[in-house]
Amino acid sequence: MRIWPIYKKELRLYFTSPVAYVILTTFLFIAGYFFTSIFSFFVRSSMQMAMNPQMGRDLNVTDSVLRPLFGNLSVILLFLIPLVTMRLFAEERRSGTIELLLTYPVRDGAVLIGKYLSALTMYATMIAGTLVYPAMLAFFTRVEWGPLATGYLGFLLMGALFLAIGLFASSLTENQIVAALITFGALLMLWIIGWVADLVPAPYGAVFTHLSVLEHNDTFAKGVLDTKDVIYFVDLTALALFLTLRSLEARRWKG
Amino acid sequence: MIEVQNLTKQYGPVTAIRDVSFAVAPGEIVGFLGPNGAGKSTTMRILACFMPATGGSARVAGYDVFRESMEVRRRIGYLPENVPLYTDMRVAPYLDFVAEVKGVPRSARKKRVADVMDRCLIADVQHRLIRNLSKGYRQRVGLAQAIVSDPAVLILDEPTIGLDPRQITEIRGLIKSLAGEHTVILSTHILPEVSMLCTGVVIINRGEIVAQGPIDRLVEEFFPTARVEVEVVGPRAAVLDGVRAIQGVVRVEETAVAGNGAGRFVVESARGRDVRGEIFQLAAQQRWTLLELRQVGMTLEEVFMRIVAGEESEATAAPAAVPAVEVTEAAP
Repeated sequence: MRIWPIYKKELRLYFTSPVAYVILTTFLFIAGYFFTSIFSFFVRSSMQMAMNPQMGRDLNVTDSVLRPLFGNLSVILLFLIPLVTMRLFAEERRSGTIELLLTYPVRDGAVLIGKYLSALTMYATMIAGTLVYPAMLAFFTRVEWGPLATGYLGFLLMGALFLAIGLFASSLTENQIVAALITFGALLMLWIIGWVADLVPAPYGAVFTHLSVLEHNDTFAKGVLDTKDVIYFVDLTALALFLTLRSLEARRWKG
Repeated sequence: MIEVQNLTKQYGPVTAIRDVSFAVAPGEIVGFLGPNGAGKSTTMRILACFMPATGGSARVAGYDVFRESMEVRRRIGYLPENVPLYTDMRVAPYLDFVAEVKGVPRSARKKRVADVMDRCLIADVQHRLIRNLSKGYRQRVGLAQAIVSDPAVLILDEPTIGLDPRQITEIRGLIKSLAGEHTVILSTHILPEVSMLCTGVVIINRGEIVAQGPIDRLVEEFFPTARVEVEVVGPRAAVLDGVRAIQGVVRVEETAVAGNGAGRFVVESARGRDVRGEIFQLAAQQRWTLLELRQVGMTLEEVFMRIVAGEESEATAAPAAVPAVEVTEAAP
């Protein structure tokens, strides 16, 4: 399996074009804005509560700063991840380079994994940028490292799923904008699919609830590591990657 | 080295190639000829393992392109028609990437890439972005990526298209230098190129092979007689009779009557017999004005035109100017 050269090439392409830098900057700028506003609010409310000792007991940074921050950041990722993955296959198809890539002695699976890992690296770089916020918090107060670690794990798992869906969308078309839009639609749908849970008959409601990302990513930020949630992300990621592989194969037959 | 048997490819209801069979011996350079849309690129894509065929089989370097695709891919260098390259990469890192993907060992890679850049005359642009290169340079980078792993078989789809005359000469020299150690199959529109480069030729039209073999043999096969085209001013009947009387002449056909009373004739004689001298003497004797006298039907180009024109007139069922059906039937 020659994953390594594909991975290196994709990573090089991310960082030789301005796209990666624009995405990183946008993401960290908005993340910084969220952190500042949430943390300022936290500071103000803890001051108020300090004056009233009965109320101030349950206030901690995990619940009041990190959880809302992670929640907000996942919404931004909903918008940004389609931009991270849209290029991966669509651009190769549009420029025709896929014809060479798929005649090199590498399996389609290795191409897929190499590209996926490069997107994951790009994503991890984005997320790593947000580590400064807990670091700053740790400077002033006691941070609970356990929930922080699970929070980031949740972030990674969610990103892994979103990227896999984006990769699949990119393999369907040669137009990057179409790929990004399909990804965005799919991610948003995954986000809000739980909303109909109350409206459909009983057994189906649970299915919709379970399918929703919202249902699964908040537990990580709380510091809960539930296998049910881990399996949800791993399963759907594997499914999306499998579909991508199939889509690559189907494209070969169609010529 | 390349064996293709009854290869068929259908895109939905459209048949791109039908029952294509040919073989290329090791070390040979074979030209793949045909008009646009004849199925050249489709055949090459199948050989390069980019897409599977609908029917038939193809073996490259002894391996089946469908069942042992990885083995085949390790042994080929492929240059697609439109030379797709990663335009956001620089030349040297790009070739290094290709070499690594194609399994050139780390220790040898740097040297291989440098050698190939020298050979393809792109060493001077190795630090430039491929996006900023001219068409000629891109073409050569494309060729460089095909040969960087030193493959046994090269599949080149129109390798000289879009180059200026000097670059064409250089690339042809390069391809020619690859013969012997590599087996090359190349497609082209430029017929003289085939005569210059190739030992054998495969002609494809409308998805089917219409002729194949060594160039000399094809020429002989399609033109069993030597032909001379004559334009002469003189009494028509006398000219016809006079030329027919020349020893060795098999057939004389009048092709056109020019405005100035001149007639054009095609004179066929036994192969190897040159009747031009006698025609000149005859005209001089009779005081006919000889306007033109030239040999025809000796080049690959004319074979090609004849086959393709023949096929087309057969298709439209129009009265053929040449015995088209006969020609295509005669093809092996």
